[in-house]
Amino acid sequence: MIYLQLFWSFFQIGLFSFGGGFAAMPLIQSQVVDIHGWLTLTEFTDLITISEMTPGPIAINSATFVGTQIAGLGGALVSTFGCILPSCIIVSLLAWLYGKYKELAVIKGVLAGLRPTVVALIFSAWLSILVLSFWGPDGFTWDISSIDFIAVTLFAAGLFLLQKFKPNPIFIMLGSGVIGGACYLLF
Amino acid sequence: MEKNLKNYFKLFKSTFFLSAFTFGGGYVIIPLMKKKFVDELGWLEEEEMLDMAAMAQSSPGPMAVNASILAGWRLMGIFGALVAIAGTVLPPLIILSVISLFYAAFRDNVMVNAVLKGMMAGVCAVIFDVVITMGGKVIKAKKPLPILIMTGAFIVYFVLRVNIIYIILFCGTLGALMSLHDKKTGRENV
Repeated sequence: MIYLQLFWSFFQIGLFSFGGGFAAMPLIQSQVVDIHGWLTLTEFTDLITISEMTPGPIAINSATFVGTQIAGLGGALVSTFGCILPSCIIVSLLAWLYGKYKELAVIKGVLAGLRPTVVALIFSAWLSILVLSFWGPDGFTWDISSIDFIAVTLFAAGLFLLQKFKPNPIFIMLGSGVIGGACYLLF
Repeated sequence: MEKNLKNYFKLFKSTFFLSAFTFGGGYVIIPLMKKKFVDELGWLEEEEMLDMAAMAQSSPGPMAVNASILAGWRLMGIFGALVAIAGTVLPPLIILSVISLFYAAFRDNVMVNAVLKGMMAGVCAVIFDVVITMGGKVIKAKKPLPILIMTGAFIVYFVLRVNIIYIILFCGTLGALMSLHDKKTGRENV
């Protein structure tokens, strides 16, 4: 029952992603690439790129994209619904608790424990994308000639610009797309 | 606020456009929402907006959806929340459905493939930039426990390949227990 699987996977993604932004990325990778094999790592990375270029939360973008790829529009709707259902329940509950008690030391504690965890998980997801970008789908080797030096240069230049000038990330991705695309077609 | 069709539509329109122009998701939605609901429409107080931001951040799931639920509920009850959710979810749902339909044909194109490959390196830089900022904050705070959690979570997930959900449950519980312990002893471990 593919609808049920999609719903359950994205329910878990919605339930366990704390912290916004890229926090959902490792969870999506774990569910969609590692556990179910709905997307390859390359497709997943394309999805992250597309998500960053389009409006809306990564989790909703992923739910729609994976749902459509696997089971058409119905799949997209089921996945998206699964993704936001935990929010609906928990946010309502929290709002009610907050109105009653105001100070939520335990929830602050949970978040304090999760913040460094999320950094580690995003770092892990980033590593697998980096390996894909530098070495291609066959994965890491010690052989220097297997490294994609165009990708390494784009990465280094992008990181330098981000750290130095703090531009909108969309410009970095567009720039690396145009310059990198031209390089790959020429060489 | 009066619960009439006009106001529901106004709420839908506001959340729809907020969502349609929130690139990158996450924290970006909060200042945009403040501008719309506090400054422009005068529907919410600034103080309320800050509380909502805190709750949206503390809850799991996409922050934009969480914030919309809270604002919708506060303004027009449960139907307000539903209208706000619909407004927030529809733009990414529509855009990604369209992209997804063309993706297969799109991906096979040599030129598109080259551009996507270049963008992959760019997205790598963007994510690493985020990791540096977030990780830097954890290290600079110089509290041993968060640094230990960060290193431990990485090893357990990346090297030992433990299911990510167990790691999140464990670290969340650990944080909760430590905060209770800190409260008792007056120390600051987390």
